Amino acid sequence: MKELSLNILDVAKNSVTANASLIKILINETEETLEIKIIDDGCGMDEETVMHVVDPFYTTRTTRSVGLGIPLFKLEAEQTGGSLTVESRSIKEDLENHGTEITALFYKNHIDFIELGDIVSTVTTLISGSPEIDFLFEHKTVNGLVSLDTSQIREVLGADVPLDSPEIILWMTDSLKEEYERIDF
Amino acid sequence: MKSLAELEEIRNRMKSQVVLREDSDAIRIVVGMATCGIAAGARPVLQSFVEAVNEEGLTEKARVSQTGCIGICQYEPVAEVYEAGKEKVTYVKLTPEKAKRIVEEHIKGGKVVAEYTIANS
Repeated sequence: MKELSLNILDVAKNSVTANASLIKILINETEETLEIKIIDDGCGMDEETVMHVVDPFYTTRTTRSVGLGIPLFKLEAEQTGGSLTVESRSIKEDLENHGTEITALFYKNHIDFIELGDIVSTVTTLISGSPEIDFLFEHKTVNGLVSLDTSQIREVLGADVPLDSPEIILWMTDSLKEEYERIDF
Repeated sequence: MKSLAELEEIRNRMKSQVVLREDSDAIRIVVGMATCGIAAGARPVLQSFVEAVNEEGLTEKARVSQTGCIGICQYEPVAEVYEAGKEKVTYVKLTPEKAKRIVEEHIKGGKVVAEYTIANS
């Protein structure tokens, strides 16, 4: 992918497919590293699927539930000297506490580091694609924090105005852009 | 986050329009947003569709949505236009500029942009 934010868009869509009600996208940046966490409370995966989820040549084939998204993301992390881990608890294993957590670590000074890119578009594209799901976005940098919480927005909007209304998406875009300007990103 | 008071204003303004929006699904523009689509540039294409529909004042008539891989990855970014009573139109190898033209000529003007369809690629 040309931008890491495109990988985030791609991988977070797996959480949508996994029937998550809340998807967290947490980015933590230091001078040298960039860590991306995608955490959902979806149906999760069993141990065997997790073991194979990073292998592009593994597929369950009956459902086609595993694709190229995670292997690609993993490759991009590892080529900077970083890593990608997948932790998951299947709903079959634990009815109450299930979901998947993906952590990707990148070393920003490595020549093969891909820029984060247009993360604002990724966040708003995810929200407009799945307005019924809650998204929590947090980007911590050395200069400060940018965040967006759809549950707060939903509270203000009530039940009548859907999150994917063009006006609301535009407001979220502006809101995020202003915050990035504020921390002088 | 930006001032929530402003969001409240938007909500109040929109509540009056909600009734009109109920049947805004006359035309559906569906953009392929799987790994293949995203890697080929579907995100800015989707955004361009949303912006153009907004700018042309077509939000009551057309709705932009996302879907997964439809199996023609080599033609991504792909968008399909569904309209009741008409045959589905599949646009391929899209760019934000092409998306804008499709909204102007097809969604607004009712004329399929034939040169961007899968039949002509």
